[in-house]
Amino acid sequence: MSAIEINDLNVWFGEGPDRNDAVKHVSFSVPEGESFGLVGESGSGKSTVLRAITGLVPTWQGGIHVQGRPLGRKRDKTFYKNVQMVFQDPYASLHPRMTVDQVLSEALQLHGFKEIDSRIETLLRDVGLGPGFRFRYPHQLSGGQRQRVAIARALAPEPKILLLDEPTSALDVSVQAEILNLLTDLRAERHLTYVMVSHDLGVVGHMCGQVAVMQHGEIVEELGVADMRQLKAEHDYTQHLLDSSLRSIR
Amino acid sequence: MTDTLLDVENLWVKFPTRSGVFDAVRGISFTLGRERLGIVGESGSGKSMTGRAILRLIRPPGKIEADRLVMTGTDVLKASEKQMRSLRGHHASMIMQDPKFSLNPVMTVGQQITEALMTHEKVSTRVARQKALEMLDAVAIRNPERVLDLYPHEVSGGMGQRIMIAMMLIPDPEILIADEPTSALDVSVQLQVLEIMNKLVSDRGMGLIFISHDLNLVSNFCDRIVIMYAGRIVEVCEAGRLHEAQHPYTRGLLNAVPNLQSPRDRLEVLKRDPAWREAPSVSARL
Repeated sequence: MSAIEINDLNVWFGEGPDRNDAVKHVSFSVPEGESFGLVGESGSGKSTVLRAITGLVPTWQGGIHVQGRPLGRKRDKTFYKNVQMVFQDPYASLHPRMTVDQVLSEALQLHGFKEIDSRIETLLRDVGLGPGFRFRYPHQLSGGQRQRVAIARALAPEPKILLLDEPTSALDVSVQAEILNLLTDLRAERHLTYVMVSHDLGVVGHMCGQVAVMQHGEIVEELGVADMRQLKAEHDYTQHLLDSSLRSIR
Repeated sequence: MTDTLLDVENLWVKFPTRSGVFDAVRGISFTLGRERLGIVGESGSGKSMTGRAILRLIRPPGKIEADRLVMTGTDVLKASEKQMRSLRGHHASMIMQDPKFSLNPVMTVGQQITEALMTHEKVSTRVARQKALEMLDAVAIRNPERVLDLYPHEVSGGMGQRIMIAMMLIPDPEILIADEPTSALDVSVQLQVLEIMNKLVSDRGMGLIFISHDLNLVSNFCDRIVIMYAGRIVEVCEAGRLHEAQHPYTRGLLNAVPNLQSPRDRLEVLKRDPAWREAPSVSARL
């Protein structure tokens, strides 16, 4: 069974002459336990796809199935228990006046968990933070530590699917390596399904098995990571992305 | 040597805090000729503070101390504020990370570029506008006439950064300091902007200081690379011989980047050795 299946998804903003079609006829499916990458430049609609899945944009049309169940206009509690999102900027996605403890216990309470105290300790340990971080505010954490807290918050309801929106683009390369390793470990331990959005082909190539390339709101090509490594891209735009990515390393 | 544009010896940047003095930059030395010098390090390594200190852009209570800080013949530490204003822009300009925050949102692109030129040169508005058009053309902006009358929110990030480059290069400085000029941009746009910057810098025979956390990127666009850790220089190497770098910190940074062509199960994570922090700074003076 597919964890996520998207059929002919359209997302738009604005009405009438101001209407802007951000996502056009996008279809893909992600098998359970797999990691799927969406790449493209800013404005290509890749983040909007994730936001449509989580219900953060109301104006969408088409079919979204999560674990075999079609999604309607409203998402229920089971959906949010199963699907969680990690945002790009750890500086913006944590409430500045809530401690790590408050952030995590709020998420746990919302999903009706008991033994919140011990769960917070476990969550922090799982993301590689010691108990010493529990009562800190976001400004007392580094960027990498904040992103770990954001991942802990996403893991709190014990989801099956994680949507990752550029989880490391605001971080240094050395910290990026730590977070990517953490995400790899968590996926193996908890059998999670990832949908990862990134503009960095190196990161997507490291994390994902299957990659879809987006341009102007459409998927122009979908390819496996092995083909990508051998630069077997059929579409010009994919080839262009691969070229620029290869030239920026080395 | 007449070709030394910038000569820095034992530079310190200090910030007094409630719990004592925090040293952001701890006694680094380097020179810049007509070359491209990369400064690489993680956030907090002092690389941006170095760039700002050169132009004396550290706000009080922060303090700059150095045995020597000479830019194109002027002692930056002794210069008056008026001298500094003519130094900034005319002799050295700086491109900041994010065009969204470094362009003035209530001035058109044209007003900002001509202002940069007219501050340093006595030219008429008409000539300034003409020069601004030429400059926008040089940074590969199509339809410069139209772009001159746009406001910063009406241009894309990549275009904004090219406008910044145009603005910084129009007074014809000898030194360009680029502080993470492309980290706010997409990969495909990134290279385009860097190539434009690179071309202009080499055509004009300028000195470039390129500050970035991305070692691989820097090695493509620089001649010499300085690697900073905790406010000190841990290693200096030729860009072409980066892969022969010895310091474990440099090696760690190189290996932390996921590489499309040589996949690994796990990325290498830096193991920071407290001894790196204490090791004396390596001099990058030529």
